[in-house]
Amino acid sequence: MDPAKLPGFLAQRLVKAAIVVLAIVVCNFFLIHAAPGDPASVIAGQSGAADERFLQQLRTQFGLDQPLHVQLWIYVKGVLTLDLGFSHRQQMPVSTLIMDRLPATLLLTGAAFAFAITLGITLGTLAARRVGTWADSVITVLALTFYATPLFWVGLMLVLFFSVWLEWLPSFGMMSVGANLAGLALVLDVAKHLLLPALTLGLFYMAVYARLTRATMLEVADQDFVKTARAKGVPEGQVVRRHVLRNALLPVITFAGIQAGQLIGGSILVETVFAWPGIGRLAFEALLARDYPVLMGVFFATSVMVVLFNLLTDLLYAVVDPRVEVA
Amino acid sequence: MSLLRVEGLTVALPPGGDRPHAVEGIDLTVDPGEIVCVVGESGSGKSITANAVMGLLPKTLPRKAGRIWLGETELTAQSPEQLRALRGSRMAMIFQEPMTALNPLMRVGDQIAEALSVHGEKRRARDRVPELLAAVNLPDPAAIARAHPFRLSGGQRQRVMIAMALALEPALLIADEPTTALDVTTQMQILRLVREIQSRKGMGVMFITHDFGVVAEIADRVAVMQRGRIVEQGAAAEVLNNPRHDYTRALIAAVPHGAPGEARAAVATETVLEARGVAKTYTRGGWFGARALVKAVHDADFTLKRGETLGLVGESGSGKSTLARCVVDLVRPEAGQMLFHGQDLRPLSRSARKPFRKRIQMVFQDPYASLNPRRRVGEIIAEGPITHGEARERALDRARDLLRLVKLDDGAMDRFPHEFSGGQRQRIGIARALAMEPELLIADEPVSALDVSVQAQVLALLAEIRARLGLTMLFITHDLRVAAQVCDRIAVMQRGAIVEQGRTADVFGNPQHSYTRALLDSIPGRGWTPPTF
Repeated sequence: MDPAKLPGFLAQRLVKAAIVVLAIVVCNFFLIHAAPGDPASVIAGQSGAADERFLQQLRTQFGLDQPLHVQLWIYVKGVLTLDLGFSHRQQMPVSTLIMDRLPATLLLTGAAFAFAITLGITLGTLAARRVGTWADSVITVLALTFYATPLFWVGLMLVLFFSVWLEWLPSFGMMSVGANLAGLALVLDVAKHLLLPALTLGLFYMAVYARLTRATMLEVADQDFVKTARAKGVPEGQVVRRHVLRNALLPVITFAGIQAGQLIGGSILVETVFAWPGIGRLAFEALLARDYPVLMGVFFATSVMVVLFNLLTDLLYAVVDPRVEVA
Repeated sequence: MSLLRVEGLTVALPPGGDRPHAVEGIDLTVDPGEIVCVVGESGSGKSITANAVMGLLPKTLPRKAGRIWLGETELTAQSPEQLRALRGSRMAMIFQEPMTALNPLMRVGDQIAEALSVHGEKRRARDRVPELLAAVNLPDPAAIARAHPFRLSGGQRQRVMIAMALALEPALLIADEPTTALDVTTQMQILRLVREIQSRKGMGVMFITHDFGVVAEIADRVAVMQRGRIVEQGAAAEVLNNPRHDYTRALIAAVPHGAPGEARAAVATETVLEARGVAKTYTRGGWFGARALVKAVHDADFTLKRGETLGLVGESGSGKSTLARCVVDLVRPEAGQMLFHGQDLRPLSRSARKPFRKRIQMVFQDPYASLNPRRRVGEIIAEGPITHGEARERALDRARDLLRLVKLDDGAMDRFPHEFSGGQRQRIGIARALAMEPELLIADEPVSALDVSVQAQVLALLAEIRARLGLTMLFITHDLRVAAQVCDRIAVMQRGAIVEQGRTADVFGNPQHSYTRALLDSIPGRGWTPPTF
């Protein structure tokens, strides 16, 4: 890509991204309001005093008695000023809640993503280089197994094996409770807690990358320019790295962009299984409690992430593949 | 002392092939400063021989016997690592398809520099790369070195390939059909370039081709291959003008001789098709980015009389296929009139056009891609008439007749396209077009993808059918020799416009436009008249 075109491309894509996010915000609003159940009655039910006057008072307090379009306008106006509303259950602004939880989720998904990408590409390359041998078969079968196994089951089995039987790794939480660690000890403690959930979240995608890398490497290896490289005397290792792998990674990048968006959504399950204090669990709890503001806030945050990762993927693709015209 | 010596080379084919060996008992030498052409049709083992020399045979094709020397070095006794060190430094290779032979993600300069650096010449790469690009006559070498392959044309890429092959001044250059995928004028430039560099550096060149015109243009010696064996070998003049082996004779007899066919009866005066002011512009981009316009067709008026064959010639991108597609409504022109028996087809709706579709049919270039691989041949041929309301049984009966007309037997009805060779598939394509009983047949490069002997058969078949059914034909080709042989009149297209038009003999004998002259000058081997037997 021509570097001079980059600012224009970015500006144009950011405008598109903003429109998409706004549309998502509006959709979310209507989706949630289409769901049965009234948060006022939930709160009233939990407080144990459910008379009609109290309900009415709650509805007025939360603005639930306003017409729908007014509620929408108030919400969109809030989002535009980054005010995502107030959670009455948690007695905290939604943005504070999300910002509290976001780092944990980013740590978990980032680790899973890095693990899936590196191991997936490595295994895929190995399998393609040794196609038809036992190493290829082992990797292919392994990849297929992880591809076909449900996430939560893998998580539970990992817990059973590493936490319950071997007692090597903790099975829940992000750090040891009440240990008051600091510095390196804290990092190690978090890393130990991170290992199992990140593995659970990443294994499926690792399998996808391994399969994808293997298939595209085999395809690229047959292409003319690889033969050109051999004909000019390029050593085999360099042929694989510079010519085959680089071209084979293009579809992997495309898929990684999709995965990066899905990881945050996919982490709901893993965060619940491992009691990881992230956004996914926040969303799950908010769903059970019909905590609309929080739920919409989480949706907003995740959709921003997805759009952002898409933009990043496109940028990366344009940098890696000179043929992509940014227009 | 020969530069390259191949003795008794035999390479096995995987079991289940049509013959046990890909090549068998190949003896071949190339001397320094000599161009040896290896000629043969597809599947004759030319490329296998070249790859065996380079040590680039795939694992599925093992060498069974024979030895190969490059100068004093016995290549067949070298370790893979020793062979690798020789590749690119002492012997180099260029390939047929310039569009795919360069790594799309690497800058052209880096790819040439890589050839130098893997042989320990990394420090010289900076200076050598622009020098090499200049040596293959590329303009502005510094800019080209920074470009990615997709920015370059096919001819430019092939020059880059040659520059890369020459980086370390190899003693032997193997060229595997390096001009087959190029336009005729570009082909001539590349042939001259190879010749010039070869004589300047005194390299030995093993040049693989299927085109006897190319052989006549550059070869010192010729080896003719058939089904994995060399059937004839000798000095170029000897093999070209006085071939001994029957197969060589058959191949040379099949070369389009470029002489117009015997003058046919005066064509009728009735006009079948007339294109008036037809224009097609392709646009790209829009919304945000800048729009790019390509005028694919403009100023391309022509008329076709009943029973006449008009040849549309020109290089790739000249708009000849677009113009043909405008006639059959595969592309919708934005202006002009397409008059078929005086009726303008352009403004017609889909349904109003349907009766005309039957009367204008098309034969496509690629016999592998133009037939649905999941349907039986009989159904492919009968599909058109059935959609136009013919009874199924009758349509299938006629399909059987048509197969006989194109010289295939009835057994073909129930088989799938992949069971046929390229030439047979093209016959099926012709039968499919004829099933509609068209008046006007549009043949878009119908023989370009075929071997020369098959090409001659298909051309003969087209001529016979044309005479028997009184077809009017629009014949599109980039091969002027074929055009000269088949067409009554010729229209030369360049950048979307017809620049010259006239009777075949006039256009070839007395070209008016400079582009026509350039095209004619680029016909390979134009100084050679194939002998007749």
